[in-house]
Amino acid sequence: MNRRTKEKTYFLFFRFCGAIVVLALLVLLTYIILGGIRSVNIDFITQFPKQGMSEGGILPAIVGTFYLCTIVLAFSVPVGVLSAIYLVEYEKNSTVKKIWRIVVHNLAGVPSIVYGLLGLGLFVMALDFGFSLIAAGLTVGLLVLPIIIAAAREAILAVPESVREASLALGATKWQTIRHHVLPYAMSGILTGIILSLSRAAGETAPILMTGAAYFMRSLPDSIFSQFMALPFHLYAMATQSSDLIATRPIQYGTALVLLMLVIGMNLIAILLRKKYRQKYRW
Amino acid sequence: MTMKIAIGIRSSLKGLKQRLISRHRSEMYNKKEYAIKAILFVVTLTTIFTLSAVFFFIFSEALPAFDEIGVIEFITGPVWNPTSPTNPAYGILPLLCGTFLVSLGASVIAIPIGIGCTIYLAEIAHPKIRSLLKPAIEILAGIPSVVYGFFALVILSDWIYAIFHNTYRLNALNGAIMLAVMMIPIMVSLAEDAMNSVPKELREAAYALGATRWETLKGIIIPASLSGITAAIMLSIGRAVGETMTVLMACGNTPIITWDMLSSVETMTAAIAIEMGEINFGSLHYHALFAVGAVLFVITFAINFVADLVLSKFTEVYH
Repeated sequence: MNRRTKEKTYFLFFRFCGAIVVLALLVLLTYIILGGIRSVNIDFITQFPKQGMSEGGILPAIVGTFYLCTIVLAFSVPVGVLSAIYLVEYEKNSTVKKIWRIVVHNLAGVPSIVYGLLGLGLFVMALDFGFSLIAAGLTVGLLVLPIIIAAAREAILAVPESVREASLALGATKWQTIRHHVLPYAMSGILTGIILSLSRAAGETAPILMTGAAYFMRSLPDSIFSQFMALPFHLYAMATQSSDLIATRPIQYGTALVLLMLVIGMNLIAILLRKKYRQKYRW
Repeated sequence: MTMKIAIGIRSSLKGLKQRLISRHRSEMYNKKEYAIKAILFVVTLTTIFTLSAVFFFIFSEALPAFDEIGVIEFITGPVWNPTSPTNPAYGILPLLCGTFLVSLGASVIAIPIGIGCTIYLAEIAHPKIRSLLKPAIEILAGIPSVVYGFFALVILSDWIYAIFHNTYRLNALNGAIMLAVMMIPIMVSLAEDAMNSVPKELREAAYALGATRWETLKGIIIPASLSGITAAIMLSIGRAVGETMTVLMACGNTPIITWDMLSSVETMTAAIAIEMGEINFGSLHYHALFAVGAVLFVITFAINFVADLVLSKFTEVYH
């Protein structure tokens, strides 16, 4: 075969691969959107389930997911970001840094179900939180912690050393340098990481399945020690265990669509944010 | 004269005051700086402590099961039937087999498409198409696994049935296709980083010698980024092995040892997720599920660790 035709054939295959990926996304979105669009309306997102979950809305699941994300936000973001600052800016021992990087990378790849086991054993049983919002929130918080640390670390590392040197040369202390120069530049990267990990937290099912998500609740959770409904668990339970799988299909599609829009919305915000700041800071 | 002295004294007093103030300030700064460092250190220690709790907790809860069943019997036992009232069996071979079959199927689909897509994205695509394709891939990576599982359960299983008229509606192939869709974005984003980090000079040298774009790709860029691509493939396989909701909803959950992609299988992750809800805490079954989790943890950690090693060992070459 001629060199040029060979090149063309191979490139055609690569184009085809790219097209398949886009096609997969389009097919998935189309089916979920077409399936869910008729179920989703104001009532669907503002009402409680009715008639043994076969009618009504998914308000408690939306609120539960929101509460869960709030706990994750309150726990993982400060801990993760502060740890990343310490490890990048203060830790002098390069071996410690290296070990820490490997541990964080690897823990980010640990299956979510293993975190579920941890949450069940540690928070639900050993610490006696019971099946509750706080147990599930801390479990998911632990799960996204490595992701937040890794993202914050990358963002802080990406700030050039010259920025720090200039600030220190003018007599600023280390913390002033970090506070007024490093963090503002790194903020977009940190924020992107936080939004992405929150969207991950909103979609996680396996860990909350074992630590406190409920199939049905008559009221919204009134304390962090009560059980809660959540969008992903609602979808899973309705699709596999509800009394009439076919009749409740519109609700399943509706929940899937709401969850998908929530997560995609967060992802889009993160993508746009990153794009905006990439253009703003260049060095 | 007196005037001069008075001014001199005043100015030196002023200097002293200034010095005292600045010393006071710097001491305050020192204290504040020290406190900040201490706080950050404590937070980091807590993080290390919590994350290491993951290791210890899983293994300490798994220990009673390994003790009672025996590690060898546990891993090589051909029957997983922990709920049987008369003769419960705790052998995870069927679960290992299910996990292996589904991940293998997913890898066979995902690796060629993922690498092809990476090459397209990194080397061939027009910048405009790239700026559309990249967010598409990121969105694909962000879709919750339960939505993939739902899609496999209600739509993909019908399509597979229409083609094969298979006995089991929910089967390994169903899960494998869906897992492949989940693996591709992870693989593409990691492998693209690797290809982008190949120095420009290498590429220019190849063009200068008259190589075509494909020859440059095959002879220069792919070999140069091979470690990154390998790591990307391994990490995405690690993700597939640990995926829970998709396989739970797509594969039918029957713990049998089989090579048939159209048979219903159960993975380790699915077994934990299904059975954890209906057991007595502290029972052998409870500890056995932690033992499954421990095995899963070891497998995924090993895959990730080796991928990390491959990556850090070979990226040094060009820097």
